[in-house]
Amino acid sequence: MYSFDYHRPRSVDDAVRQLGGEAKLLAGGQTFIPTLKQRLAQPDKIVDLGGIAELSGIKVEGDAVVIGAMTRHGAVAASAEVAKAIPALAKLAGGIGDPQVRNMGTLGGSVANNDPAADYPAALLGLGASVETNKRTVAADDFFTGMFETALGEDEIITRVRFPVPQAAGYAKFANPASRYALVGVFVARTPGGVRVAVTGAGPGVFRIGAMETALAGNFSAGAIDGVSVSADGLNSDMHGSAEYRAHLVTVMAKRAIAAAGG
Amino acid sequence: MATVSMTVNGKSVSADVEPRTLLVEFIRQNLHLTGTHVGCDTSQCGACVVHVDGRSVKSCTMLAMQADGAAVTTVEGLATNGKMHPIQKAFNEHHGLQCGFCTPGMLMSAIDLIKRHPNPSEETIRHELEGNICRCTGYQNIVKAVKAAAQEMGG
Repeated sequence: MYSFDYHRPRSVDDAVRQLGGEAKLLAGGQTFIPTLKQRLAQPDKIVDLGGIAELSGIKVEGDAVVIGAMTRHGAVAASAEVAKAIPALAKLAGGIGDPQVRNMGTLGGSVANNDPAADYPAALLGLGASVETNKRTVAADDFFTGMFETALGEDEIITRVRFPVPQAAGYAKFANPASRYALVGVFVARTPGGVRVAVTGAGPGVFRIGAMETALAGNFSAGAIDGVSVSADGLNSDMHGSAEYRAHLVTVMAKRAIAAAGG
Repeated sequence: MATVSMTVNGKSVSADVEPRTLLVEFIRQNLHLTGTHVGCDTSQCGACVVHVDGRSVKSCTMLAMQADGAAVTTVEGLATNGKMHPIQKAFNEHHGLQCGFCTPGMLMSAIDLIKRHPNPSEETIRHELEGNICRCTGYQNIVKAVKAAAQEMGG
């Protein structure tokens, strides 16, 4: 690890003041610290968000579950409120990494990193969540812009994520047996605005499948997507699986997610 | 340099460290508590698991500064007055170790899992120990030991 200065601000405003130059934010560090250890990043300053109490917590506000950016995956997985309102989200959080990673890793960190195989982006896109920052609110549809890329600006910090409570939702993932990252993960939600199907792990970033959403709108059942073909074009191909294999898994995981959502 | 202070196994400690110091480096090199091991150094194997404010974490993937002000427990903090913790006793009795390298992390993860699942099924134990790798035992006796310890700790 290269050396850096370390700051632990007590408020979001303080944290924003520390940004600039080569400063980087540290949330749970479960991706960032390995990145530093491999010298893949060389920040001159680390701003640790771990001391900002206002960034943690889970609240049900009207028809949405609002989760603070520094809330650990383990807390989301164990939350009775999340389990009641959006059980698929609790299940997703409980399947990230392992218990020790879940005790440190955070919602905001995962979302800001936008790893193409991470679980949370699928939940945000599948549920039509919105990302709240110190400056604005961004819809999930506009937030994830590419591989490890988001709409976040240089001086922007995620404060919380608002998940609208769906009528039903399910998440199914084919996990890499070593890392538990998604080889393919599919989040399906029935919402007042329609059915949403979001896929992680398969492509360079999380994406929706409009053809499945249309097919499910009239008939919310696993059989409804039998006629939808998923193209392997542009999907990831690596030592863990070919693009064709991932394309096949998308349909299999989507059916399991639909079944988990009661369809 | 930065000053880091925390409680480790009930004792207050403080030191000037480089901010890039990992929690496991602080524990092993500054405090000379070498029961916490470094195995893979990539947060896969779990040999470095300690408790920070009661939650099990991989100390190779956390800065010492992140634990500033926290209460840390390492494997050395488990026994009281020379009497083994029930989890240590169970690993001993059920032969839950062979070479012993993974054992400190296994014990710390097991305590956290028993706290959250006081009466765990075999499936729960195996799922909860996903972050701890053992290359000797094949896990059979580790699972037995955790089950026995859970009964002992609940009863």
